[in-house]
This record gives sequence, structure tokens and C-alpha cells, in this order.
Amino acid sequence: MRIDRVLAGVLAVMPPCFALAQQDTQKEIERYRQMLQESNPAELFEARGEELWKTRRGPKNASLERCDLGLGPGVVKGAYVQLPRYFADTERVQDAESRLVTCMVGLQGFTPEEAKRNPFSGTGVPMIASDPFSGVGRRSVMTDLVAWIASQSRGMKIAPPMSHPKERLAYQAGERLFYYRAGPYDFGCVTCHGEEGKRIRLQNLPKMTNAKDAQRAFGTWPGYRVSEGELRSMQWRMWECIRQMRFPELEFTSDASIALITYLAKKAEGGTFDAPAIKR
Amino acid sequence: MADPMRIRANLTGDKVEVKVLMAHEMETGLRKDAGGNAIPAHFIRNVTVTHGGKTVLSAQWGTSVSRNPFLHFRFKGGRPGEKVTITWMDNKGDKRTDEAVIAGGG
Repeated sequence: MRIDRVLAGVLAVMPPCFALAQQDTQKEIERYRQMLQESNPAELFEARGEELWKTRRGPKNASLERCDLGLGPGVVKGAYVQLPRYFADTERVQDAESRLVTCMVGLQGFTPEEAKRNPFSGTGVPMIASDPFSGVGRRSVMTDLVAWIASQSRGMKIAPPMSHPKERLAYQAGERLFYYRAGPYDFGCVTCHGEEGKRIRLQNLPKMTNAKDAQRAFGTWPGYRVSEGELRSMQWRMWECIRQMRFPELEFTSDASIALITYLAKKAEGGTFDAPAIKR
Repeated sequence: MADPMRIRANLTGDKVEVKVLMAHEMETGLRKDAGGNAIPAHFIRNVTVTHGGKTVLSAQWGTSVSRNPFLHFRFKGGRPGEKVTITWMDNKGDKRTDEAVIAGGG
């Protein structure tokens, strides 16, 4: 009898208690995220990127300060959120990385191969032999530059232009690629990113056709990956997803990679850009 | 040469809140490279923070500290406009010293 009463009392108290604990947990997680953001090592990469932007490099001994990222030569503020876009001089739709390749070749005199040689920074332990970011502590000029360029769009609205036919074409190609299923696992981007509430272990998978999810996803890359101790760019994100699907390797700054990024940027349109972020 | 640290020092209440980001590999010595060879340990061993000629924090670090470490602490007695100096030294003898000016309360 007495035990029953105690048990009833416990049961009566438990639900609000549990809800409160959960609320507290959520608040604590938010606080933790805030703290992480304040201690985001992406800042170190951004600082290096800014320095590299102004450094004279390459056979022509020139800086990138006259590089046109779409808003005119040398304009970096707000450029990232308006990429990918069509560039008349190259007659292609380009994202930040491919545009940087153009500038490194045109202004600094590097060959395209040299400009693309270190697309991603090194983690030390390569997962596969052709891993383009293997190499202990190997820094990537490209990654540092992208980190800084992206940081100059922080807080702005994602607004990829869609007025040129080639931009629309890139979007359509990206959409086709997004839904394209192939490879030994019969996978496609849509397998993981086409449904609500999916996750890999504890990582929530954004549904890219849902504006809110797409905005959060697109708006937080580049990001500092705590588990790798490296900054990762959008090109890397595409490269890694394609690898995880066991597709043939995605070529850095290829039309396919830019098409996918164009598709995602358009899906994220109107969202607030908040990168370089910090990630698990 | 090592990259500069990013330091924020703010007076909040009667304490100075300091947040430092350091760029460092912090290799444990336990990882292996693509060829199977051990990657030599490379990590920050000592961190010293001084203010007005006085040491306000002294730390001995090891390989369990993450890459690109973040250090957050508070100390009493600092005033806006004064300097906080931070020095780290790693196991290879590399050193880096940076300083920041304490920003006003708020």
C-alpha cells in the first residue's frame, strides 16, 4: 500500500521532471554550441586566408587583390553568397574555388594543375590511396582562401544569381545529379538527403529539398571539422559525399561539382550565411 | 614559423576573461602516415600568461590537448588598456608569443 503510494507519487512527478531535464539539456547543448562558435579554430584559417589573398605569389609575383569573384575586381565582401555564378571571361558557371583557380592562373601565372594541386588540407591519415588531402599537416592555400572569402559573407543572405541561361543549366544539371542513383550501392544524394528526419549515427541529415534544412546545410559550409582538426570547404563536402556513395572520384572544380553546388545554393536561397562554422 | 594566436581579453565585472586560439598541429606521436611510419609527436608543452610582469597562468600540456587548442580563463587585477602576454613552447623548442590589449567592461 505504502509502496504503491510512493510509486504513484514518483510516477506523477516523473513526466514534468523528465521534460524539465530535457529542456535543460537542450539549453545546455545550445550553450555548448555557442561556446564552440566562440572558440572556432576556423578563425585561424580565415586569418591565413586573408594574408594569402594579399601575398604576392606565383611566376607573375602578384597578389589576388584584383581577383574578380563576381562583384568586381577585388570585391570580397558578400561575394560568396552570390556564387556560383556565370562569368563572361571564362564562359562558365563558377563557384568560389574554381574562380580562385582562374585568378591564380590569370593573375599569378600558375598553371591550372598547380592551382588545383592542394585542394584540401591534410589530415595525416589517408582513407584511400588517391585521397587528395592526405599528408601530415599539409596546408591548403585553396582552403585557407575559401575560409576567408566565405567569412566575408557572414550574416548575409544566400542569393545565387539565376538570370543567365548557363546558371539555370547548371542548376538543372545539379538537380539531375542530386537524384541520380548509381554505383555498387545504388546510392544517390537523394538516398540520404531526400527524406525528413534521417541521420547517420547522431548526425542529422538535412533534407535538401526542404528550404530550412538546405539553408542550414549550405549556410554552415565551409566548416571546421573538430574530428579532423581541419577546415573543410563546400568542394570537399561534395567530394566526400561522392566518395561515400562509392561513385567515381569527383574532380575538383569540375562542372559536375559546380552544378551540384549551384543546385544546393538555389535550394538554400534566402537563408542566412553563417560560415565558416564549427562541426562535429 | 608558427601562426599568430587569436586572443580576446575582456574585462567583465572584476575579472579579465581571456580566450585564446592557438594554431598548432598537436601531434600525439601515435598516428601513422600513409607509409605506415609513425608521425613524430609535436605538441605544446608549456603555456605562460603574464600581465604587468606577473605570471597569471602557467600550464603544462601534453598530447591529450586537441589540435588548434582553445584556452579560456579569467584572472583578477587587470584593467582596460593593459596588456596580456601569452607564450607557448612546444616539444621541438618552437615558441610563439603574442599579446592583446584588455578591452573595456561590458
